[in-house]
Amino acid sequence: MTPIPQILHIKQMKITLEGQTLLAINQHIAPGEVLTVMGPSGSGKSTLLAYLAGFLSPAFQAQGELYLGDKRLDTLPAEQRGIGLLFQDPMLFPHLSVAGNCRFGLPRRTQNKTERITKALEQVGLAGFEARDPATLSGGQQARVALMRLLLSQPQAVLLDEPFSKLDTALRQEMRTLVFGQLREAGLPTLLVTHDEADAAAAGGPIIALG
Amino acid sequence: MVLLPAFGYLPVLGGDTFHLEAWQALWARAGLHRSILLSYFSGLITTLVALFIVVLFLAANQGTWLDRTIRRLVSPLLAIPHAAVAFGLAFLIAPSGLLARWLSPGVTGWERPPDLLIVNDPLGLALMAGLVLKEVPFLLLMSLAALAQLHPERRVTLARSLGYAPSIAWLKCVFPALYPLIRLPVYAVIAYATSVVDMALILGPTLPPTLSVSIITWFNDPDLSRRFMASAGAVLQLGVTLAALLTWWLGEQAVQRLSQRWLVNGSRLSGSAAIAFGGRALLSTVTLLAMSALAGLALFSVAGFWRFPDALPGTFTLDHWQRILPSVTTPLINTLSIGLSATLIAAFLVVATLEHAARHHLPARRVQWLLYLPLIVPQVAFLFGLVVAAESVGIRPQHALVVAAHLLFVVPYLYLSLSEAYRRLDPRWVQVALSLGAPPWRAFWQIRLPLLLAPLLTACAVSLAVSIGQYLPTLLLGGGRVPTITTEAVAMASGGNRRLIAVLALLQALLPFIGFSLALLIPRLVWAKRRQMRGAA
Amino acid sequence: MPNNRNSLRATVAMAVLALALPAAATPHTSDWQSIMAEAKGQTVYWNAWAGEERINTYISWVAQQVDARYGVELVHVKLGDTSEAVSRVLAEKQAGNDERGSVDMIWINGENFAAMKANGLLFGPWADAMPHYPLTDPDNTPAVRYDWTIPVDGLESPWSSSQVVFYYDTALVENHPNNMAELLEWATLNPGEFTYPQVPNFLGNAFITQAMLELSDSTKLFYEPMQAEDFDTATAALWEFLDELHPHLWRSGRAFPSNSADLRSLMGDSEISIALSFSATEASGAIANHELPDTVRSYVHDSGMIGNMSFMAIPYNAQHKAGAMVVANYLMSPEAQAEKQDPKVWGSGTILAMDMLSPEERALFDDIDLGIATLPPSELGELLGQPHPSWVDAIAEAWQTRYVN
Repeated sequence: MTPIPQILHIKQMKITLEGQTLLAINQHIAPGEVLTVMGPSGSGKSTLLAYLAGFLSPAFQAQGELYLGDKRLDTLPAEQRGIGLLFQDPMLFPHLSVAGNCRFGLPRRTQNKTERITKALEQVGLAGFEARDPATLSGGQQARVALMRLLLSQPQAVLLDEPFSKLDTALRQEMRTLVFGQLREAGLPTLLVTHDEADAAAAGGPIIALG
Repeated sequence: MVLLPAFGYLPVLGGDTFHLEAWQALWARAGLHRSILLSYFSGLITTLVALFIVVLFLAANQGTWLDRTIRRLVSPLLAIPHAAVAFGLAFLIAPSGLLARWLSPGVTGWERPPDLLIVNDPLGLALMAGLVLKEVPFLLLMSLAALAQLHPERRVTLARSLGYAPSIAWLKCVFPALYPLIRLPVYAVIAYATSVVDMALILGPTLPPTLSVSIITWFNDPDLSRRFMASAGAVLQLGVTLAALLTWWLGEQAVQRLSQRWLVNGSRLSGSAAIAFGGRALLSTVTLLAMSALAGLALFSVAGFWRFPDALPGTFTLDHWQRILPSVTTPLINTLSIGLSATLIAAFLVVATLEHAARHHLPARRVQWLLYLPLIVPQVAFLFGLVVAAESVGIRPQHALVVAAHLLFVVPYLYLSLSEAYRRLDPRWVQVALSLGAPPWRAFWQIRLPLLLAPLLTACAVSLAVSIGQYLPTLLLGGGRVPTITTEAVAMASGGNRRLIAVLALLQALLPFIGFSLALLIPRLVWAKRRQMRGAA
Repeated sequence: MPNNRNSLRATVAMAVLALALPAAATPHTSDWQSIMAEAKGQTVYWNAWAGEERINTYISWVAQQVDARYGVELVHVKLGDTSEAVSRVLAEKQAGNDERGSVDMIWINGENFAAMKANGLLFGPWADAMPHYPLTDPDNTPAVRYDWTIPVDGLESPWSSSQVVFYYDTALVENHPNNMAELLEWATLNPGEFTYPQVPNFLGNAFITQAMLELSDSTKLFYEPMQAEDFDTATAALWEFLDELHPHLWRSGRAFPSNSADLRSLMGDSEISIALSFSATEASGAIANHELPDTVRSYVHDSGMIGNMSFMAIPYNAQHKAGAMVVANYLMSPEAQAEKQDPKVWGSGTILAMDMLSPEERALFDDIDLGIATLPPSELGELLGQPHPSWVDAIAEAWQTRYVN
């Protein structure tokens, strides 16, 4: 069922705002590889993410193309790109249960939804958490649910927006191992945006610097 | 349609040339300056006081039982029509009023009411008190709806961990984020307070009255040529309202500048106790006053003759209710059907506009201001134009036309109650939903709408109350064919029978009260198991 | 004030002369059958002030009657102010809707009538062709033909007659004043216990008009259009009186009640002990409503009180004119008038001339129990006619300038 992993190709991308070039990138990300983009605040990291995910404000002009394997993505709306997102905050929908959050991510025609969710939660040590209110979970637990929600949605590439910056130090290392391990296992091309050297080191992939 | 007659043009009354006679007549009016100043200052002062009370209370609010009780008591006040609050307050504080009756002759020694100018005082203090009573619940409700998405408890916890007293923490960390969200409602309050008619008629000064009341008097003058001056007055009223808004805006800028230093001066504890006490005391006073006003109305609705200084009516009777009730079924049904239609249509239009803007990253446009025009131009002035317009294209008076007219007032209120909450909803919610593969419609129905359920329901309840309160649009565009509980109530109020007015005011408050209660209850029930959705502590 | 009577006679004489004019334009009574036929099945929208439950109840009684008798459906459009209906007609005229207006009939007072007539907003003449119209004895009753001295010209049919009366609380006032001078004296001794509605309210205007008439040696002048040069001398006594009175009024004249209803509330709250009304039965009605104590009684000034009639008018563009005429005619019937005069129903004065009625019809009126606080017609004293509107407008304007700051 899981699609064959593909290469994410950012071809000659250039984003400008009122004629000023903000950033330009030309990169491949192989399946299971994590490309780390580093740079201080204001260097255009979030603009890059918005472009890749399909949320770029019309105020910006973007050139170049985005491919996943042979499929061109930059002309598709966000929901058809198959690019998953993890933010600093877990962003668990507060009005849905833990299971409801996971279910929201599952593609429509998925079979055995409940079992898949149970299995996914077991995998990250949250067995039996299905009916819980996300607000009652600890920060680490929320982060894990967010990760499983992302994976259950069967993305073909993943964007990480400083996903560990709000966790405390002990938890941070644990989550890095978990996230990168899971992504690698799923063979997903991943782009990590961070300003933490330790994130980059844990990702183990190529690094480019912005700004 | 307001402008033309103001400059002498209204062919049906023989005005077919443009000139400034109406303006000259207007300027020559005795007491015009006082009228203008009254309208201007009562609008600004009451808004300031009401905002002050609300902010102080929210800062003091610790989510204790007392705080929750006070807050719950305030919301029903929103449902009481302005005129009813005014009647109730007038009867409470008048020299022959409820307070004087309770204290006389025991405490005061009064056998007859003292000849004191309390209601209708020349400075408009009674009017301002009445306005504050109505503005506080509105601003409180708007603030609570907005707070739900600011996570105030997190901010306060953080600041407290830095050694700030809770109320100071709230003022320094939550209020600066809250204010932009309730700005439009605050502007609406200013516009309303500068141009209010019904409350000013009952509580306001009379020699001269506020500008808005003068305008109504001129429009209602049997001498139809007065309508030119009335139209000029309406344009002037618009100017006064705009001036008040501008003043407020300048004040905002100044406060923003001056408060920068206070926000970061590190003072953590000073004034905290005073705020905690003051916030609760003030809001409790407002609640108590309004409740007593309401109690006075309820008492009057079953009162026989009630001689001063008796503390209670001499006899009680259900006559008044029995006389009114048989004839209110049709008006109640009309009121409800028009209110619900207008609210649903407005909700659809506003949400569609906001969703469109959100999807296409459109900034708030300047055109918005057009939307608010109906709130700041005196109704009586431009409704005439609307009737002419509807008649010109051959639309007969009917339900649908009344709904359309109500939309003019309902849409802006719904928009201003909802737009900030909508716009400021963290865009990442929808982005996460889309990146999980959900199409936009699913992200809208399953994520955005549920997250905005509380503000949406609140906005709808406000809209319903606004629609229910409309008198002139219902009467003029309905051609008298669509009686509502409000047209009945206003017509009856013109007869001044306090007992029947009390009955109708209570009936008139019933539907909005149900609306507001549902707006508060539904999210509570739906999100009973979702802690973060239950809003501010 | 003996001269009042003379002036009234002058008015009557003028009225009789003027009566001859409109007659030619009125439709024949023989048309009445066709009007009745046309009216059947029509829905008449009657725009009428609705501030009194008693009036509203009476109007619904009328609706039942005209439905049963003539098959006319009558809808009471409840107004807070008559000008709202005027606005509607005005807007329709502006928009060119000359045929299908939404207002079929208006309960109208003199000032609104003058304005609507002057602006061509009324249908007619029709009123003098109504079968019941002769019962008002128009030949001998100028008040039927002149509304605030403006010729009616068949553009409205009389409905109700009213006269200003004072009412006072016998528990608080021993001897009521009998004229304006005594009123001033009484107010000086009892400061804060009298007031009147703020001018230009209808009743407020009536009070200062009454004072103007009472305090002038000759009132003839006031029944003709005002000449600017006469104003100061003719009204000097009035301003002298008001200047003296105001400091002794309720709230020292720094605030005024806005209308007769407010005034009645003040009376009910014991804030004041003397008030006035445009309806002889208001006090009785308010006692029955629990609004006033049962110690309240009415009185009039020795020289008579001003009064007037209110009328039914049909807008020029009314869609259901035939139905409106049938209703207006029924409103003038002895039966409807007697019902209206009963204080238990409403208690509003009839416009019918008793001499014109059959003995049975007259009995309907004789049997009415007027209530404790209502003066019987014989004690109402002389009815002073309303001065020309230009005078009322002018003193109302001057009042504003003088007392509003």
